[in-house]
Amino acid sequence: MSSGARTPSANGYLLDVEDLKVSFRTEDGVVRAVDGVSFGIKPGEVVAIVGESGSGKSVTAMTLMGLTRSPNATFEGRALFDGRDLVTATDEDLRKVRGAGIAMVFQDPMSSLDPVQRIGKQIVEQIRTHDRKISKAQAYDRASELMERVGIPRAQERLRSYPHEFSGGMRQRVMIAMALSNAPTLLIADEPTTALDVTIQAQILDELRQLRTETGAAIILVTHDLGVVADIADRIVVMYAGRVVEQGTLDEIFYDPQHPYTWGLLGSITRIDRDRSQRLPAIPGLPPSLLRPPEGCHFRPRCPHAYDRCTQVPELKARLADAADHLDRCWLEPERKRRLRVVGDQIGLASEEAVIS
Amino acid sequence: MSRFIVRRLFSMIGVLFAISVLTFLLFNALPNPALRLAGRFASAAQIAHINHQWGFDQPVYIRYLTIMKLVFTGKVISYDQQVNVDHQLLQYLPVTASLAIGAGIIWLSMGILFGVLSAWRAGKWLDRGLTVLALIGVSMPVFFLGALMSYYLGDKWGILPAGGYVKLQDDPAQWFVHMLMPWFALSVLFIGVYSRVLRSTILDTVNDDYVRTARAKGLTERQTMTRHVLRNSLIPIVTLFGLDFAAVIGGGAILTESVFNLHGIGQYAAQSVEALDIPPVLVITLFGAFVVVILGAVTDILYAYLDPRIRL
Repeated sequence: MSSGARTPSANGYLLDVEDLKVSFRTEDGVVRAVDGVSFGIKPGEVVAIVGESGSGKSVTAMTLMGLTRSPNATFEGRALFDGRDLVTATDEDLRKVRGAGIAMVFQDPMSSLDPVQRIGKQIVEQIRTHDRKISKAQAYDRASELMERVGIPRAQERLRSYPHEFSGGMRQRVMIAMALSNAPTLLIADEPTTALDVTIQAQILDELRQLRTETGAAIILVTHDLGVVADIADRIVVMYAGRVVEQGTLDEIFYDPQHPYTWGLLGSITRIDRDRSQRLPAIPGLPPSLLRPPEGCHFRPRCPHAYDRCTQVPELKARLADAADHLDRCWLEPERKRRLRVVGDQIGLASEEAVIS
Repeated sequence: MSRFIVRRLFSMIGVLFAISVLTFLLFNALPNPALRLAGRFASAAQIAHINHQWGFDQPVYIRYLTIMKLVFTGKVISYDQQVNVDHQLLQYLPVTASLAIGAGIIWLSMGILFGVLSAWRAGKWLDRGLTVLALIGVSMPVFFLGALMSYYLGDKWGILPAGGYVKLQDDPAQWFVHMLMPWFALSVLFIGVYSRVLRSTILDTVNDDYVRTARAKGLTERQTMTRHVLRNSLIPIVTLFGLDFAAVIGGGAILTESVFNLHGIGQYAAQSVEALDIPPVLVITLFGAFVVVILGAVTDILYAYLDPRIRL
């Protein structure tokens, strides 16, 4: 494997994930956490991976960084980045990519920074791991610039602070500054706003959006919150029980969703124009166990529109004549879907149990 | 920081006062020491004379105040040998200090080494072997282990001197050779405990979010382990060490000192208790408490330095 040589893949993708599978051996059996995930991301693009807990979205993100590698994990498929397959890369090759070409921001900023080391030292550590020639003083200067850029006032001084002296939002800014320290071309943000309160969420999203325009870095945003996605994403990948069930542009997913699970997700967003006398709709049932997933479509047991054909796994492919990049995994006819997905006057998952009482 | 020191000083005075009263009262429950001082065939007049001379006929609180005054002016005399206790203590202290410092270095470094190896190879044969060793170390009484070492290494094979103490200033090499066996005998228990504690803290810390961050930053496995995992895992070890070390200095190594015939504070305490000799017991107890409180404060300062979230 040639290191460093920039070989853009033929389709112009910065990262090209193809049929990624991740399974873990546990005492109870093999958990297929990720079961065939494919998507691509172009330079400067923001792709959101959406799904509920246990859908495999975080495992997908962490696998790209090699953070799920362990003796009881097995991987299949490819993830081409910079001419290098991240799935089969050696630990040392992968280490060189981490924090440099691909950087990551995690969910919980309260625990993601080392509590006993100064902020500055932690940022400088990342800079100097990948750039051996830079002097300590220069690295600190760069760290201070980065902190200023993500909106931390008196950055020079704050480099000497410890993580516990920062609020949650500030710590997440530090995490973002740290992620940016080696000018990555891809930033993976794993639920970056979940642990923060709503006003801070908006600020952090703003920060990410600004970064994309300033640095041109592509962003993978992993989240369960479609509200967050609507703000920032160019394209959306919807995951359910380890599989991608639908992917398309923001508009395609929001205005012409093809998979009943996506309908359910859209139907359960709080909206300001919703009738408040009614409870918020929820998708009935629970996600399947990944130890023994249901035969065929994984969403079948919870889907009110399932029929006999759903016991076969639908392929992820374009099913609409006019949208070649809008892919989904559902056997229903597009015409039928258009009728089925309207609940009241909005998109949702029709079901008698859809209202929790 | 200065507030912390003042607070600690006050609590130290409280602790020393409570311990001295408690020790004094416990020994006060014993029969009148005048009977023993006077000897078996003493007449009533002789006993009365001793009673008066040593002040045993005074009320309890006066006796307490008198003896405490003597302790702090360095004039306290033992009942048994009738020698100055403070001088005795100072004579025994270097022996105990030699034992404690050497053993402390050994148990801390070996405990950390074995703990790290164990965590690194968790579940593998090396870890299992070290676990068994740690269990043996923890369960082996020091008098038994010490006796075995002394018999085989000392008497039978003559590799090391079987016991005794050579002053450091007299002959450093001999001092070292004489201390080797006691150091290891005393360390075994602590090595076992420390390695187990460190192993489990490391295995906990490895799953912390900031360790994942460290990996995501592109640090090598070694850098991640030393800079983040080990750095955080060593904090509880510091607390343990402070307390254990203080206990050994304060006379806690009685058994080791006895087995290897080291005339240290532990042995002195043991002899004094046997002879029901209140003044030395009181002085040693106070000394021990003093050391524990002082080293406890040092540990806390170190702790705050290692973990900035802690404010003193």
